[in-house]
Amino acid sequence: MATTAEGFDTNHEEHAHDHADHKPGFFKRWFMSTNHKDIGTLYLIFAIIAGIVGGAMSGVMRLELAEPGIQYLAGAVEFFGGNPSENANLHMWNVFITAHGLIMVFFMVMPAMIGGFGNWFVPLMIGAPDMAFPRMNNVSFWLTVAGFISLCFSLFVPGTGPDALGAGVGWTVYAPLSTTGNPGPAVDFAIFSLHLAGAGSILGATNFITTIFNMRAPGMTLHKMPLFVWSVLVTAFLLLLALPVLAAAITMLLTDRNFQTTFFDPSGGGDPVLYQHLFWFFGHPEVYIMILPGFGMISQIVATFSRKPVFGYLGMAYAMVAIGVVGFIVWAHHMYTVGLDVNTKMYFTAATMVIAVPTGVKIFSWIATMWGGSMEFKSPMVWAMGFIFLFTVGGVTGVVLANGGIDDNLHDTYYVVAHFHYVLSMGAVFSLFAGFYYWFPKMSGRMHSELLSHLHFWGFFIGVNVIFFPQHFLGMNGMPRRIPDYPEAFAYWNEISSYGYAIMAASMLIFFVNLVYAFTIGKKAAANPWGAGATTLEWTLSSPPPFHQFETLPVIEDHHDYHDHMPRGEKPASA
Amino acid sequence: MAGNVNHDYHILEPDIWPLVGSISAVTFTSGLVLNMHPDTFGTSGGIVMWAGLAGLIATFFMWFKNIVVEAQQGDHTPVVQLHMRYGMILFIASEVMFFVGWFWSFFDFALFPAPLSVTDAGTAAQVTANAFLGDNTATGGTLVPQGMEVLDAFSLPLLNTLILLCSGTTVTWAHHALIHGDRDGLKKGLWATIALGALFSAIQAYEYSIAPFNFGQNTYSSAFYMATGFHGFHVLIGTIFLAVCLFRAYKGHFTPRQHFGFEAAAWYWHFVDVVWLFLFIAVYVWGGWGSPVH
Repeated sequence: MATTAEGFDTNHEEHAHDHADHKPGFFKRWFMSTNHKDIGTLYLIFAIIAGIVGGAMSGVMRLELAEPGIQYLAGAVEFFGGNPSENANLHMWNVFITAHGLIMVFFMVMPAMIGGFGNWFVPLMIGAPDMAFPRMNNVSFWLTVAGFISLCFSLFVPGTGPDALGAGVGWTVYAPLSTTGNPGPAVDFAIFSLHLAGAGSILGATNFITTIFNMRAPGMTLHKMPLFVWSVLVTAFLLLLALPVLAAAITMLLTDRNFQTTFFDPSGGGDPVLYQHLFWFFGHPEVYIMILPGFGMISQIVATFSRKPVFGYLGMAYAMVAIGVVGFIVWAHHMYTVGLDVNTKMYFTAATMVIAVPTGVKIFSWIATMWGGSMEFKSPMVWAMGFIFLFTVGGVTGVVLANGGIDDNLHDTYYVVAHFHYVLSMGAVFSLFAGFYYWFPKMSGRMHSELLSHLHFWGFFIGVNVIFFPQHFLGMNGMPRRIPDYPEAFAYWNEISSYGYAIMAASMLIFFVNLVYAFTIGKKAAANPWGAGATTLEWTLSSPPPFHQFETLPVIEDHHDYHDHMPRGEKPASA
Repeated sequence: MAGNVNHDYHILEPDIWPLVGSISAVTFTSGLVLNMHPDTFGTSGGIVMWAGLAGLIATFFMWFKNIVVEAQQGDHTPVVQLHMRYGMILFIASEVMFFVGWFWSFFDFALFPAPLSVTDAGTAAQVTANAFLGDNTATGGTLVPQGMEVLDAFSLPLLNTLILLCSGTTVTWAHHALIHGDRDGLKKGLWATIALGALFSAIQAYEYSIAPFNFGQNTYSSAFYMATGFHGFHVLIGTIFLAVCLFRAYKGHFTPRQHFGFEAAAWYWHFVDVVWLFLFIAVYVWGGWGSPVH
């Protein structure tokens, strides 16, 4: 990292002045906020709540899948106010997979990474007092909440019929399942949920791009920007250019459903595959939207706890740019089995594999950063190392699935489920916990327990691997995804997988205990609790930072020979 | 902000309108859903939808009013104006991608029209689709079904093209007048642009009223109305934006050095102009080529 705080001579006491730390009253502060740190906190709290809801849904799903047959879905139907019947019960399954996917993607990972950590740390890391558009920042958050509310409405209104409630369409909302297959209002509520959350994200993306381009502190050139800021910049461009296409696609769904158009209905000349093209033109950039900020966080953390600048800084930055650009031209690898001709499949196979190159640059650069470093296995670092290991596993199965010919066999099997959970619930989520433990002392001013954090890590690490690794076997054996029942042959690994959920859930209890610990008896956090490896600007501020920071902008000095000054082999002051 | 703030950025006070706007937005969309499903919800949708829409309009009004007030009290330093330039360019970029979605569906229907029947099916996808969904003669293998009447591109649409291009010059006239401190010229240019925009919308509305096909008739008509309809909606927004600028011109808000509100409106206006040119060439001229005209 080329960014240092050494040229930043503003002392901390200056920020303690009343004017800088004057906070508005409760309602004004949390419901009318124009403060990037408070909005970031709101996003994080919202993401945790959404994560509990989405995680509970996967718990019901793992419970149902623990053994063959249908055991629990009738109870779930009753819970949401429907009347159990075979149809309603099976529809309930579709509702669960839909809501789990949409909640985790749009209301957990994205709000936590971009809304939460992006809001908190992009301005801090570039030496800015706030975001470029503080008021629009707030509407981005509340539109996300509005979208979540609309999705919650959908759970309680008819989907396929008056007794089968909720949108049972999958997070991809494919036609005709989402048009004639689910005629009730639930899908309309779900569609508008995506419109609302998408509008919030587009506004957020313009805000981040403008902030990063215009509000960097004097001397902080693009090539000195911390990699987390780079990652949010690339992510924001993906959001800005991909989400409007989704908005158009789901608007077409809406008119197909309610206004007699036939965009996706062959009976009027339309084409269901058109929807899939439009969706995945958004959907593939979306998966990079969910992981790129994680890449950025991992770079900060690995450098901090190896006490070395990240290996190949520019390569790391432009690898993310390359992933972002190429991510726009690989979308049809999600559609290999719809009948694409062989040349199209060949192109998308080749283009998809190209993405492994910049991704490999990142993985190997993280390893090279650790190599010869003075490593400390603090809580953020163990999560980061878990990320590197498990994301690589997901990346390797991704290369397998990228082959159009192989995907003909694996498409819509549990192999795909295993793959994308390795990159998301072990990639994105591990980076979220890494980032959380890394920045929690900065955000709260309190230290969490290293012991509990490590217990959380090992429980989660074992749990998710026990859940998802067997799903590779199930998929290779042909178990289809999105089906609540299965033959006896798949029982063994499904039972194991469900035990994994219990381990993971228990580790999440440790996480919440850790939060309670930190806020009650946790030690006060120093400005920089991580020592000499933590070189970005947020560590020059108090923990928590003043309500308005950088009222005098920091100046970043040129340090071409920066890495020569890095302390090596000595313990950080706080250890 | 009190105290020793040593930067030119705009730190805002807490504001209620983001919350009001978001509640209004979800109220509005929920009202729309209620309206779409009267069998389930009865007639409750109307009031919900209108309440949400009223809240949204109030939010937009108050939000932009606040921005204007802040600009007038000098909060918009050069760097804050630069933020707004970036913000507007990025917003327009996202709008372009929204129209990419509509053009994508149009070109899909134009370049890969549904096949005549199972026996004509050329690709595996079509065989699969037809086997699954039955014989498909919806559009007869062409974008516009044989014999279907379309609008004559070289009649009203050509006139509308000229009107929009002309309005692009009048808004530039207004801009140059503004830069040279000629407020009278600014007003005249804006009046002319708004009049041309309104004329465009009126002609478009008239054309819709006489169009020989309706929204849900087939994929051509749906793609046509969605693409031109969203464009028309953007023309309306742009016209309102320009009208606000005209109001502000009368108030004397714009100076030759600082008038980003006007520039944003002009950028937006050029954007809807360019989208129209693509619509005219692709949808009206190319899409309707060879079909009988109304």
